[in-house]
Amino acid sequence: MPKRQDIREIMVIGSGPIVIGQAAEFDYAGTQACQALKEEGYEVVLVNSNPATIMTDEQMADRVYIEPITLDFVTQIIRKERPDGLLATLGGQTGLNMAVQLAEAGVLEAEGVELLGTPLEAIEKAEDREKFRQLMQEIGQPVPRSAIVRNQEEADAFAEEVGFPIIIRPAYTLGGTGGGIASNWREYHEIVERGLTLSPIHQVLVEQSIAGFKEIEYEVMRDADGTAIVVCNMENMDPVGVHTGDSIVVAPSQTLSDEEYQMLRDASLQIIHALGIQGGCNVQLALDPHSSRYYVIEVNPRVSRSSALASKATGYPIARIAAKIAVGYRLAELKNPVTQDSYAAFEPALDYIVTKIPRWPFDKFRSANRSLGTQMKATGEVMAIGRTFGESMLKAVRSLEIGAYSLWTKQPDKWSNMEIEKKIRVADDDRLFAIAEALRRGVSVEQIHDWSKIDRWFLWHLEALVDLEQRIAAVANPRLPIEQVLDEHRELIHEAKRNGFPDRELARLLKADAIAIRAWRKKRGIVPVYKMVDTCAGEFAASTPYYYSTYEREDEVETSPRKKMVVLGSGPIRIGQGIEFDYCTVHAVWALQREGYEAVVINNNPETVSTDFSTSDRLYFEPLDVEDVLNVIDREQPEGVIVQFGGQTAINLAGPLADAGVRIFGTSREGIDAAEDREKFDALLTQLGIKRPEGRTVTTVEAAVEAAESLGYPVLVRPSYVLGGRAMQIITNTNELLQYMEEAVEVSQQHPVLVDRYVNGIEAEVDAISDGETVVIPGIMEHIERAGVHSGDSIAVYPPQNLTEDVKRLIEDHTIRIAQSLKVKGLMNVQFIVHDGEVEVIEVNPRSSRTVPFLSKVTGVPMVQLAMHAVCGGQLADLGYTTGRVPESPAVAVKVPVFSFAKLHQVDISLGPEMKSTGEVMGRDLVYEKALYKGLIASGIAIPAHGTVLATIADKDKPEAYPLLREFARLGYRLAATEGTAKYLRDRGLEVRVVNKLAQGTPNLADDIRQGKIQLVINTLTKGLKPERDGFRIRRTAVEHGVPCLTSLDTVRSVLDIMKLIHFQTMALGDPVPGQGGGEGV
Amino acid sequence: MMLNGRRKARLVLKNGLVFEGLHFGATGTRFGEVVFNTGMTGYQEILTDPSYYGQIVTMTYPLIGNYGVNVDDVESRHPHVRGFAVRTLCEWPSHHKMVDKLESYLVQHDIVGIAGIDTRELTKAIRTVGAMPGVLTTEDVPVESLLARMDEALVPDAVSRVTTQTVYRAPGPGHRVVLIDYGMKAGILRSLLERGCDVIVVPATSTAEDVLRWKPHGVMLSNGPGNPEDAPYAVEALRGLIGKVPIFGICLGHQLIALACGAKTRKLKFGHRGANHPVKDLRTGRVDITSQNHGYVVDAESLHGTPLELTHVNLNDGTVEGLVHRHEPVFCVQYHPESRPGPSDARYLFDEFIDLMTRVREGRFAHA
Repeated sequence: MPKRQDIREIMVIGSGPIVIGQAAEFDYAGTQACQALKEEGYEVVLVNSNPATIMTDEQMADRVYIEPITLDFVTQIIRKERPDGLLATLGGQTGLNMAVQLAEAGVLEAEGVELLGTPLEAIEKAEDREKFRQLMQEIGQPVPRSAIVRNQEEADAFAEEVGFPIIIRPAYTLGGTGGGIASNWREYHEIVERGLTLSPIHQVLVEQSIAGFKEIEYEVMRDADGTAIVVCNMENMDPVGVHTGDSIVVAPSQTLSDEEYQMLRDASLQIIHALGIQGGCNVQLALDPHSSRYYVIEVNPRVSRSSALASKATGYPIARIAAKIAVGYRLAELKNPVTQDSYAAFEPALDYIVTKIPRWPFDKFRSANRSLGTQMKATGEVMAIGRTFGESMLKAVRSLEIGAYSLWTKQPDKWSNMEIEKKIRVADDDRLFAIAEALRRGVSVEQIHDWSKIDRWFLWHLEALVDLEQRIAAVANPRLPIEQVLDEHRELIHEAKRNGFPDRELARLLKADAIAIRAWRKKRGIVPVYKMVDTCAGEFAASTPYYYSTYEREDEVETSPRKKMVVLGSGPIRIGQGIEFDYCTVHAVWALQREGYEAVVINNNPETVSTDFSTSDRLYFEPLDVEDVLNVIDREQPEGVIVQFGGQTAINLAGPLADAGVRIFGTSREGIDAAEDREKFDALLTQLGIKRPEGRTVTTVEAAVEAAESLGYPVLVRPSYVLGGRAMQIITNTNELLQYMEEAVEVSQQHPVLVDRYVNGIEAEVDAISDGETVVIPGIMEHIERAGVHSGDSIAVYPPQNLTEDVKRLIEDHTIRIAQSLKVKGLMNVQFIVHDGEVEVIEVNPRSSRTVPFLSKVTGVPMVQLAMHAVCGGQLADLGYTTGRVPESPAVAVKVPVFSFAKLHQVDISLGPEMKSTGEVMGRDLVYEKALYKGLIASGIAIPAHGTVLATIADKDKPEAYPLLREFARLGYRLAATEGTAKYLRDRGLEVRVVNKLAQGTPNLADDIRQGKIQLVINTLTKGLKPERDGFRIRRTAVEHGVPCLTSLDTVRSVLDIMKLIHFQTMALGDPVPGQGGGEGV
Repeated sequence: MMLNGRRKARLVLKNGLVFEGLHFGATGTRFGEVVFNTGMTGYQEILTDPSYYGQIVTMTYPLIGNYGVNVDDVESRHPHVRGFAVRTLCEWPSHHKMVDKLESYLVQHDIVGIAGIDTRELTKAIRTVGAMPGVLTTEDVPVESLLARMDEALVPDAVSRVTTQTVYRAPGPGHRVVLIDYGMKAGILRSLLERGCDVIVVPATSTAEDVLRWKPHGVMLSNGPGNPEDAPYAVEALRGLIGKVPIFGICLGHQLIALACGAKTRKLKFGHRGANHPVKDLRTGRVDITSQNHGYVVDAESLHGTPLELTHVNLNDGTVEGLVHRHEPVFCVQYHPESRPGPSDARYLFDEFIDLMTRVREGRFAHA
């Protein structure tokens, strides 16, 4: 069947903000879907609240709505656009849930919108645990014993029957939010209760545990004729028990015989036939390692994180094909875009091994519970391709950017034997390294298998890598010249390279210099070749520009004589470096092509648009480590490298690449240095007469105390190397400082700590584009939360609402002069603090920042395109731009951060200088309050229309909090507070219910939150790292029960602004009129 | 990864391309046609598939031997390949069914293996030049002398080397099926037995009379190695069987039916060997993913004027994948519905064969 002619306009729903469990993979899927539909001539209407995506670029769809993905807003857009069809299976769980809501609310039927692709009935059968189990029983597919429970009594009955361990999964939540494995009654009750709260339909699945089985996934596709194929299967190295999003995964499966592979393939296909899937689908299965018994774990009737991984692992564009199936095509009618002459109805054959390793946020959340289970905790992932297990695994490890370049990391020799055993038994983010260390200490594979249930195949292969490590270390001889050592052990070195050992690791083992090893290798011709990812293992000719390195014989890269440039991507999504940088990378590629260059991308994140092989002229799926990048440069011989769009990852490579003689295009290395090196930067500002908060660099604890006292508390302290404000804190006294210096940082000569005067003012931020002379400022953003809250966690408003023209002029002036003196070519981000009409500079980032996509979209200035023009040596004046601010847009836009706190236990949600958000949404409207309302709604903050506000306010904040709380009362909210706060408020005439503190016994405020008696929590108490504190526990209780919790009074004020907007004012005659002398307003 | 102390091995292609690697399995020199298989699992089934008789097989998937060898995954009594070329031989396999490592299995069956070579380069060479003779050797002989002996790679009438020498019976309660063994994969026999058939396996050289003596309800033609034109005796026998008894042919059996009906076969450049080949059923439009292993194919043009109708085509290159006789209860496919290795999408063809025999027995087969 060719494509459908009876539909003209199609709405695509995106997945909204990046949260744990739903990340950049849906930008990739959505972008492919939009492109696929547009090329078929359909009109595409896109709804997504996330501005940091490629899919929300104006040219991606005919009309792009960056609006909240809620029933109200989407319904409004449907009524306005009247699409014929809705494609909801490419927007993750968010898109799917939205489609279900629209259908259930009758909107689709009323407006005549057809759900395209997999039918609603199939979605429900796959998503509703009970219906799914029933279907599995009908078709004879085995599922573990389980029950749907709606309350504790039902849960208890099941546990009594089945016994522990039991897995608990809440229905309809992202990435298994709120789930877990319980091995006793206490854990069981706790997890079940949380799950019931978090599930939007208050259902929890309790299930017989099959922990320890092999976890295998199949990515399958099916068309309306019933042709079904498997795109890829994947094997989790971590057995069942660890969420697949938190597992190390290899593709294809390694330990399955053909019989097992086909048995599970048959099961997967039987399931999607029974469901009637039309498009992509993910099937997760558990295979008993001791027999051929298996169980079906779950099915995702949509594209997913796994399908993005499968697409990148095989070259098969699942989302693109799924979109075409949704409009009526059959698999046998669609060409395989890789080979161009075979068809989409086939199963990719891999001739390499792919490894995925998750990237966890525990470097940011030191107090977080790092153990891995059924609830996903990773923010992102890396993928690597190799022809040996070691090559694939070690490339993936060094792609993580966690300071590990091999199986050796973070001085594992410091771990005690007991710690190692614990890390292996209870999986955590260090498990891979703990296994390697155990092997180094002579623990047997059998023992480790017994602890972890990881298949021996993986353990033996890790043991071989450790063995290789030890064989290399054994030939180290620092008394001989390194070249002689290498020559004598040439075969060994070659073996190490073929198994993925980087020069850095050889250098560590041989006690030599990595640069010398590289030089020797090049002389001896031990250099990698590049092989193509072609979906067919070489069977058909392909010209996919998608490559990976390996140490073999034939190189397949077809370079061209055209001038070319290498663009470095930003690696895995992590807190502080998110999808925004992928947006910039993709735009950098497009801009380069416009400038007449071939664009070559190096990146290792399988979720993104930049690693779609159709994005760039050539894609190298490689670690962003110096050696791997230099290898590509040796092969490609580009004019130069562009580092300013790949976040800190790429910027950090500028120095080593320049040292190796590579030309860095854009801002020079000296310019980058002058912005990043504190002393040079201070000197520059002094010279320019621009102020910045005074600060000191210290290398001892004593010096830190001295610096703080001379600057005066409060001070802002942080390690000198910072990404997204890691380990940054506001310190108000010496005790806190001492505690911080002990717990949070290791201060030393090599690791200085920065102590700055803390200025309490409004933060503002600017992204500017400069060619060295002309400096274009598309817009200024003002942050709602005062200085001290990380800029990435603040609500940003464009255009500024509270800055005077004078202040704006100062910001403009400072930005221009800094850009000119640093000779910035391309993008630059400057953060300011404004207080008492004065403007001080906090920091300058000589690269694109996380606000570039937001600002590009709201100002209409194609920022990356302009930047690239400058990078390539062009003048901004050529494009008609002049120095200074671009006139402000009449619409107001806010960027609201989105957090994933519900997924990370024991993490304090209070905002501070350390960034905690995982994603962002945008709200845009004609007035500020409406824009903010949309932003907050889109970010998932359910602003209650009435109910009780619980206030627990620190003494220093009480005067500021009082008028805000009075306003809540005036709007009809009831107030509740702990004793101290209540007294303060009552003394000022407010009616307040007193609730018990945690220590005062039950019922206390946590019980109130749990029982749904509180609709909003305002808490500014006892911020800190210690989980046992009251404030911490109140905030966690709120998050875990889905009650909005505000920790900054600035945010509270904004929420009030909105409430006032959405509430009509009801006033008795004679009441004071708010805002008309009714007391000190808010 | 290689253990130290392995000796060197070389794979030399007729076009002079030489791959140096490390040896595993048996030692010696083996000539054979060099072909590649793109399956990611199923190496033991591939090694023991008699259709690979006389060939040196390379696997495009780089890690081979991961789950060792077991007693179930065999398609015949012993391996038939002459040589086996892989990127990495797994030294540390793991599987609950494993009885031995791949390497010792090859030693035991005197198969020479080479590991550590760029199998993707080898695959691309075969794709570009076509399947060609080659030699795998662990001996220190000059390339020129090896090239001079390339004729040794040719295997005339390979079927006669792999067919059963004796008639044997695998009894069952259902239809009596004579299975002509041209180099049969055990999966075909297994598929019939699973459906209750009473199976008599006979040698490839059996005449029509030999077959009909069993008064079969159906005749199953197996797969087998080499060029179908090398087995004129088999074609002759089929001419005597078509129209007398329901027939289902697989792979070589399919090609022999085509020859018996007057069509022609030709050699493919590098064949179809793998577990991912899409085959379209022209009658339903549905596509099955199939397991394939063939170097020859029925020439589509040559079907004109024969009683054969094209039912299945390969989606990738449009080659003939399935035929049905217009007037008689005869049908055949180029691919392997018995799978092993590979997908079992096409297993329903055995049910169709059973159904066909039932209909003929009950007089419900409508001669066109």
